[in-house]
Amino acid sequence: MIKVEDLHKSFGKLEVLKGITTTIKQGEVVAIIGPSGSGKSTFLRCLNLLEEPTKGRIWIGNEEITDKKTNIMEVRQHVGMVFQHFHLFPHMTVLENVTYAPIKVKGMAKAEAEAKGIELLKKVGLEQKADEYPSRLSGGQKQRVAIARALAMSPDVMLFDEPTSALDPEMVKEVLEVMKSLAHTGMTMAIVTHEMGFAREVADRVLFLDGGQLIEDAPPQQFFASPKSKRAQEFLEKML
Amino acid sequence: MNVFTMSQGRMNARVNLDFSQIVPSIPFILQGVIVTLKIVVFAVLLGFALGVVLALMKIGRIKVLAWFADAYTSVFRGTPLVLQLVLIYFGIPQLTGFEIDAFPAAVIAFGLNSAAYVSEIIRAGILAVDKGQREAALALGIPYKLMMRDIILPQALKNILPALMNEFITLTKESAVVTVIGAMDVMRRAYIVGGQVYRYIEPLLIAGLIYYVLVMLLTLLGKALEGRLRKSD
Repeated sequence: MIKVEDLHKSFGKLEVLKGITTTIKQGEVVAIIGPSGSGKSTFLRCLNLLEEPTKGRIWIGNEEITDKKTNIMEVRQHVGMVFQHFHLFPHMTVLENVTYAPIKVKGMAKAEAEAKGIELLKKVGLEQKADEYPSRLSGGQKQRVAIARALAMSPDVMLFDEPTSALDPEMVKEVLEVMKSLAHTGMTMAIVTHEMGFAREVADRVLFLDGGQLIEDAPPQQFFASPKSKRAQEFLEKML
Repeated sequence: MNVFTMSQGRMNARVNLDFSQIVPSIPFILQGVIVTLKIVVFAVLLGFALGVVLALMKIGRIKVLAWFADAYTSVFRGTPLVLQLVLIYFGIPQLTGFEIDAFPAAVIAFGLNSAAYVSEIIRAGILAVDKGQREAALALGIPYKLMMRDIILPQALKNILPALMNEFITLTKESAVVTVIGAMDVMRRAYIVGGQVYRYIEPLLIAGLIYYVLVMLLTLLGKALEGRLRKSD
């Protein structure tokens, strides 16, 4: 589904990603963890080219997105993304947030998009908020709307960039629950997270990044019980 | 006591306002409101449209366009409006051989001038929109044009509305300089009435009142617009 080959990314002289190679299979849920500054968010943002890789190749499905000929705007329609700070469109209602891209980008009929939008809002438990503006929602509600907005494009892959890091502790669970039920539908998911419990429970694989390198790639039971590298051991000691 | 009566006497000698001769001419001055408003409305539309385009050029990636927009702003902000007006009114016939009426000359001059200021306001407004909005739009595959039109600009406009209203208020008052090219606006009509009755202060005060009411109406319009845009807060 996603194939990454020798991915490098530098910001000026600072090399943030130093050659990452991995694959994510269809339907797999991958948790990407690591200390801050390890490059995990940059890695995720390279997967839909919000950051342009300095070197290396990325395939999504059969398409090489790092190929200059690929229409990246079209690729992004199949790759949903959820941000740490939600980034809902504040001047649109909740339902408008969810239906905007399907209507304007995909050309879906308004009635159809709204029916689908309401259905998605039901899935994240927010159909009664459809006509509210985002400013009236709590952080957890905003993030659930953001998930619905990304799902409205019927993506093949969902990227989550620290989706619960900006939330008050009591709101983390409602967002994780939505993500968990999404994982059970067979969605391919890449999740940058600090929620170790969630990673252990929901992920099929854990990628541990440090210093811009992929240090460990293992199933969660194995990674959390017996991390091989010293850096992962130290990291887990601090986290757990 | 002495001083008081003296100053009283002077005041009596100077306060010499008589509107009775002007009253019949008030409708004539008021007709200038149409001319003034027509110039202002068209100039605002031209200035706003061109201002958006210039702002997009300034923040865009194409260096030549950014340079052009900066140079444009620099020239139109760096020279007097009345000079631009006169140059367009007298310059176009001389350069092209086509006569230009006072009204289109005024609309062009004020529109081009206003665009320079409006482009700076809009540029600042766009840059002030959270960059996450752009990323969210990109991540959804929303093309640049739609992103600007439906996501970035509406949010930018909400924040810069007070500054834009300021610019339009300034334009309304500055429009009085069309007098120099002979357009029959409020200001020019006040002069004409003054010339007819040999009293300038009274018609000019009337003109001042008219401008003030126009500006107040604009201010109210701006507040109403702002209220509508703030419904999402």
